[in-house]
Amino acid sequence: MPAVGKENEGYVPEILVFSTNNVSDPGIDLAGGAHLPYSPAVKVISVPCSSGIRPQWVLYAIEKGFDGVFVAADGTDCAYRQDCVARTGKIVGEAQELLANHGHAPQRLKMAAICSVCAEQFTGYMKKFAEELQKLGPSRKGSL
Amino acid sequence: MSTLKIGVYICHCGGNISHYVDVEEVRAAVAGEPGVVVAKTAMFTCSDATQQEIIADIREHNLEGLVVASCSPKLHLFTFRETARRAGLNPYQYTQVNLREQCSWAHRNNRRAATEKAVRLVRAGIARTNLTVPLEPFKIETVPAVLVVGAGVAGLRAAVGMADLGMNVYLLEKEAQPGGWVNRPGKMYPAGRVGKEIIAQLLAEVQERERITLFTGAEIVEKSGSVGNFQVKVRVGGRRRQEISLNVGAVIVATGFDVYRPAACEYGYGFTGVVTLPEYWDLLAAANGNLIYRRKEIKDVVYIYCVGSRQDPEKENAHSYCSRYCCSAAVYAALQTAEINPQIRQYHLYRDMRTYGKSELLFTRAREQGVRFLKFAGDNPPRVEEQAGGRLQVTVCDLLTYGEEVEIRADLVVLVTGMVPRENEQLVKVLKLPLGKDGFFNEIHPKLRPVETVVDGVFICGAAQGPKDYPESVASALAAVTQSAALLKKGYVELEPLVATVDPERCRWCGECAAVCPYAAIEKGQYLYRQVAWVNEAVCKGCGGCAPVCPGQAIDLRGYTDAQIKAMIDGLLKGGL
Ligand SMILES: Cc1cc2nc3c(=O)[nH]c(=O)nc-3n(C[C@H](O)[C@H](O)[C@H](O)COP(=O)(O)OP(=O)(O)OC[C@H]3O[C@@H](n4cnc5c(N)ncnc54)[C@H](O)[C@@H]3O)c2cc1C
Ligand code: SF4
Repeated sequence: MPAVGKENEGYVPEILVFSTNNVSDPGIDLAGGAHLPYSPAVKVISVPCSSGIRPQWVLYAIEKGFDGVFVAADGTDCAYRQDCVARTGKIVGEAQELLANHGHAPQRLKMAAICSVCAEQFTGYMKKFAEELQKLGPSRKGSL
Repeated sequence: MSTLKIGVYICHCGGNISHYVDVEEVRAAVAGEPGVVVAKTAMFTCSDATQQEIIADIREHNLEGLVVASCSPKLHLFTFRETARRAGLNPYQYTQVNLREQCSWAHRNNRRAATEKAVRLVRAGIARTNLTVPLEPFKIETVPAVLVVGAGVAGLRAAVGMADLGMNVYLLEKEAQPGGWVNRPGKMYPAGRVGKEIIAQLLAEVQERERITLFTGAEIVEKSGSVGNFQVKVRVGGRRRQEISLNVGAVIVATGFDVYRPAACEYGYGFTGVVTLPEYWDLLAAANGNLIYRRKEIKDVVYIYCVGSRQDPEKENAHSYCSRYCCSAAVYAALQTAEINPQIRQYHLYRDMRTYGKSELLFTRAREQGVRFLKFAGDNPPRVEEQAGGRLQVTVCDLLTYGEEVEIRADLVVLVTGMVPRENEQLVKVLKLPLGKDGFFNEIHPKLRPVETVVDGVFICGAAQGPKDYPESVASALAAVTQSAALLKKGYVELEPLVATVDPERCRWCGECAAVCPYAAIEKGQYLYRQVAWVNEAVCKGCGGCAPVCPGQAIDLRGYTDAQIKAMIDGLLKGGL
């Protein structure tokens, strides 16, 4: 089912970023502070720790109209838990499976650790992810 | 959908936002959102005048929710929570929308798109606010007692400090003797005092204070409760092993470090005459006129610096940090050696001389006394070989003489060994202590909160936190005293209520959540004759890691509930894209 009003050509993928209050959020803030531009189609929702993201939220975002979800993970800087990397990885795996089960490309979900000064890395990831999503085309809005 | 009466304030930030985002358009676009009663823009929302205006609006319209769209929450979340509180609105019904760092500043060349994004971000903030409920911080009375773990120089000084502030102190030492690494016969920089004497003096001060109870051969085996009121179980060794229960408001961890043990053959370690710095330190203390090692008089000593420190970070389990104390300690050992016998030839092979601060003067003095310093490159370390007759030969490329290869014959080679984290598995497990990348205990913030850990009420100090010499260890011990006493003297603690909450109707107690909680905050509880998960709100740190693992979706994190996140996603997408 083709998405209404979206053409592959010239379409700007809408990206939802789940970021974390104390680690990746400062990194993303820094990108703004350093005037490093990235696409305004990127929107951020912040949570305390990336291990607390529910796979359901990822599916919800895609079904509702985001083209991709990016988990800006705490990585090894997580102050809450030592197993954060493994936990977040597991959640991402589950969410990708959930996407696939609902007929969405699992590549619509990406994860990378973004540290509190990782401004350039963040904008780099956004650029690359947008290019990948461009190739995938717009997400198909579902019925959630 | 039920809504709250919400006030929305969009900030110009004096142009920082309004130059790149049409704030008036944003205001108009969100004024009709569900629940919004007041929607305004302001030049500086954080100014006193605007805060007063917000307070007046909250009172006049009986607002139940507040949204300020301005800078990053890092800057003003607490400011506006406080504004809300002053107006009689619950601070947790406030949402800050990040329009500056994450919108206007990032999208400066696309006013249209930035404005549109701003509208969506504010809508998400409003949607979230509509689902907030009033929350109160938890208040917990504090117990005026502290547990100090480790009776080295840091722990001893912390104990004395806490006792002098009127706290009862339980001081725990694992070994039969308190004192740690300082409790040795050798002299120490900066003041040249004998380590044992420093410890003896501190122990005398401990003994003078009735408030301090020292347990030796003791280890902590269990901890429950939370900041301000911990229950700990301590196993006291000796002939009659017994467990003691203690009730304390805070814990100070001062368990120190270990000295790096060189691997077999590392710089000839294992050859007769190759010793570590602590071994040499004891040798100096025992010297009487001459320096004797295994009944042989020492005439040539070679020191090799940075052994076990500043290792290649690519290496597995590398100690990549600098151990701080060793340059000064080795230079100080040189001065003592020269004092014992000025005829002894000394060669110090270093990488970089880090006799920082006042120790620089020791370095100058050592050079003046004829101690030779040679500099080697980290990727071209010296070689130690054993020759026939048992003499040692050290070969080094000296960077100070343009890489000339120098061969030195030595009676003794001192490996200037660094500090490594002490094995303390049991303690880490019981206290849930966070470890840094280097294996030492981790503070919350190296600059702003250097002795606090993510575990509220558990403080760290001394070399347990990372390499420190003894004055630095004492300074950090006193910082831990100040921080923990400030906590305990207030009489109560207030804890953030943004913690996990269980819907007992949905919970079937499978234990998944309890298994993933790193703080053991989830316990088995009762609900209508059924077993359900129960969150100890004072222990929960609000990471939310338990929410995704619950198969029944029975757990939510307050402030980040399932409904709130989905409402935010809806808000971001509203009106189509
Ligand atoms: C060879 C050498 C020479 C040095 N020379 C100097 C010098 O000249 N000047 C200087 O300023 N510094 C010097 N230092 C550094 C100095 O020793 C340290 O700064 C100091 O010891 C740090 O004190 P601490 O209390 O943090 O740790 P430690 O001295 O390690 O004491 C920690 C204590 O905690 C106890 N402990 C550990 N785990 C537990 C547990 N689970 N439960 C209960 N107790 C526990 C240990 O048994 C120990 O008694 C030198 C160090 C070495 C190795
Ligand atoms: S203090 Fe000196 S010897 Fe010790 S690790 Fe640092 S540079 Fe090397």
